[in-house]
Amino acid sequence: MNAFLLEYLPIVIFLGIAAALGIAFILAAVVLAPTAPDPEKLSSYECGFNAFDDARMKFDVRFYLVSILFIIFDLEVAFLFPWAVSLMKLPAEQAQFAFWSMMSFLGVLTVGFIYEWKKGALEWE
Amino acid sequence: MALQAIAFYVMAAVTVIAGFCVVSARNPVHSVLWLILTFFSAAGLFVLMGAEFLAMLLVVVYVGAVAVLFLFVVMMLDVDFAALRQGFAQYMPLGLLIAVFLAAEMVLVASTVATKGAAAHNDTPMASGFGMDAPNAEAIGRVLYTDYVYFFQASGLVLLVAMIGAIVLTLRHKPGVRRQVVMDQVLRSPKTGMKIANPKPGEGIGE
Repeated sequence: MNAFLLEYLPIVIFLGIAAALGIAFILAAVVLAPTAPDPEKLSSYECGFNAFDDARMKFDVRFYLVSILFIIFDLEVAFLFPWAVSLMKLPAEQAQFAFWSMMSFLGVLTVGFIYEWKKGALEWE
Repeated sequence: MALQAIAFYVMAAVTVIAGFCVVSARNPVHSVLWLILTFFSAAGLFVLMGAEFLAMLLVVVYVGAVAVLFLFVVMMLDVDFAALRQGFAQYMPLGLLIAVFLAAEMVLVASTVATKGAAAHNDTPMASGFGMDAPNAEAIGRVLYTDYVYFFQASGLVLLVAMIGAIVLTLRHKPGVRRQVVMDQVLRSPKTGMKIANPKPGEGIGE
């Protein structure tokens, strides 16, 4: 178990370095930067008007559609990983069955893919 | 072992704190970012349990795709922060009640599994390859496509339904948008695309 976890040690070390570096820069900005607060520095332009509106605006629903289709194909690929790793290690007739079960899984999703292609869901207007 | 315990406590604490920040953050976008931190530390907890494949899946699917989807949803909603805060005190008792029920359920399930379930009888965690000396993904692959083939096919159908549902619910074509039709472009020849006219001097071609 520990040998397994040791494989993840480099990731932990990198995480630690990244976190330390990030915190160091934030602290350096707080400690070292010259501070002379002035209300004018936070105000809008010298000449000009204040913002009419929030900068946040509504996104097109199309982004959502693309994102959800991405999730679905992401999951499909997630199913492929264990299949690819284990297929050749299964006994012969089981391997054949596993192969065709994956093919029918992919076939079902290909039906969906053809549907969304024909519907024009992947096209941007 | 001590290092493992430290890692567990650090990641569990990060998970809980980040989870709390998800519900308490003022800005919904910040909530989503806290949620990503929660996913990451939960993935770390999975790795500690030996469920490598699940951990990577959590990072790839949840951080890579679901968090992006949540960000889009948050951006898509026209969020009014003042209105969001208004009902907080009003819904607090109901929310607390549900939270207590959920916590009680989780404690019940966890204690039952620990005393009577699978975890009581073997020392190696179930997630780490069913006690086999195989990597996680391989251990899942050995049973998922053969023994559990119905569930596997059912998940494919669920994904299909999700795909069609998303398209049916959100796809609206704007009228009057001219799309690119590759077939028409390819079939266009000099004959159809070009016209040779012979205008008289000083007249030009009237359309």
